[in-house]
Amino acid sequence: MTTLDVAFAAVGAIAAGSGLLAVTTRHVVHAALWLVVCLGAVAGCYLVLGAEFVALVQLLVYVGAIVVLVLFALMLTRAPIGPNRELSTGRIHRLLAAVLGAAVAALLAATLLPLADGVVRRHEIPNASLAQDIFGIWVWPFELLSLLLLVSLVGALAVSRLVGGAPGREGRR
Amino acid sequence: MNEVVITQPLEVVLRAVGVLAAFLVLPLLVGQTEHKVMAHMQGRLGPMYAGGFHGWAQLVADGVKFVQKEDITPAAADRSVFRFAPAVALVPYLVALAVIPLSPSVVAAPTNASAVFVLAATAVGILGTLMAGWASANKYSLLGAMRSAAQLLAYELPLVLAVASVCLAAGTLSLRVIALDWQPWWLLWQLPGAIVFLVAAVAELQRPPFDMPVADSEIVFGPYTEYTGLRFAFFLLSEYAGIVVMSLLFAVLYLGGWQGPWGEQVGWIWTLLKGFAVAVLIIWLRVAWPRLREDQLQRLAWLVLVPMALAQLAVTAVGVVMFE
Repeated sequence: MTTLDVAFAAVGAIAAGSGLLAVTTRHVVHAALWLVVCLGAVAGCYLVLGAEFVALVQLLVYVGAIVVLVLFALMLTRAPIGPNRELSTGRIHRLLAAVLGAAVAALLAATLLPLADGVVRRHEIPNASLAQDIFGIWVWPFELLSLLLLVSLVGALAVSRLVGGAPGREGRR
Repeated sequence: MNEVVITQPLEVVLRAVGVLAAFLVLPLLVGQTEHKVMAHMQGRLGPMYAGGFHGWAQLVADGVKFVQKEDITPAAADRSVFRFAPAVALVPYLVALAVIPLSPSVVAAPTNASAVFVLAATAVGILGTLMAGWASANKYSLLGAMRSAAQLLAYELPLVLAVASVCLAAGTLSLRVIALDWQPWWLLWQLPGAIVFLVAAVAELQRPPFDMPVADSEIVFGPYTEYTGLRFAFFLLSEYAGIVVMSLLFAVLYLGGWQGPWGEQVGWIWTLLKGFAVAVLIIWLRVAWPRLREDQLQRLAWLVLVPMALAQLAVTAVGVVMFE
């Protein structure tokens, strides 16, 4: 066992544990905070495997922007301190969710485990080659994704401006 | 261009201690400067007694006072999040300080993508404010946390775009190589980006005139209302550590870092001096401008800073293509 194995196992365990806590806690804000730990640990996985830039972007985008947005939305609506009984789900839902989660895990394990040979390898990926891959080979999916985001942005604007009355500055008041 | 890899345990410890020392000394230096500079700008003297010579030990005395105070956690607060929040606010700036180079050789933790690293670390620090505001179980704190969330979301984008422009100009994500490639005419070429960076950095630090989230005269210091003693001091320390990190980052990105007369020998002094000048500028902004209103804050970010940063990015791209 090398240091790399230990480091990878540690961040992996943190990611799995905090992910589990994020979906099982009854405190809605705690769930968001456990998500921070989970995403940070996934960034740690990338870092251990040598994808430094991907790890940093993961932190910058997911922890710095997405989770802040989630917390902001929670505070704007309702985020009581203490456990929230309304968040509880029925037995059937829980069972279904557990089965679905197990099925996805089994599928991933069945596909990925034959490929793995038990050795953690570190590939140092230069930032330049990453950029060449994204804007060379994968440029069309990348642009399509940007277009999708733009469309959803315009859609959100339309929904917030046009619902209930004439469009314009004071449309909703 | 790969950075050196540090493997000796003793060297790692020594470097960590060095960063910790800088982290404890530099924010106090900026804080004391703020006391004195602000006082003289307002026709006052500022602290004069602690330590004897012009009150140099005022912040040390303040620190001792904070340590003696009672550490209170409100009964209705979410205890664990409330108590953990100051650490989340403070530690990322310590981590960020470790990768900022003072000269090509004086850097605690050499990394390849250090520019992105600093941005990612400071983005994590923001969570501390949000955690504090929510966990305090106080309406002023919650209001403050909401304001800071809105502000930080708005100003993160221009900050990242401004840094991206310099990275594009130098063709690297490493702060060390950026400062090595820096030419004096970049001062003009990257000027809009520099202005965007400075404004967005001050907003990110929630310093006046962008201190709507902690506005003491209306929401009683916002997210920090319920904090006392050492935990409150940690939030203050993180604000000043943030000034240090952003000032040094500005010096390295836009002012050439260690470049200057005798830069080969005493480059780190140049970086510190330039960073200190930027810190004084940030203090000056506090004295010069009144607080911006919430809608003015958002307007400035989305209608001025983001377009300016995008235009700077385009100008940089054209420059890079034409001159290389």
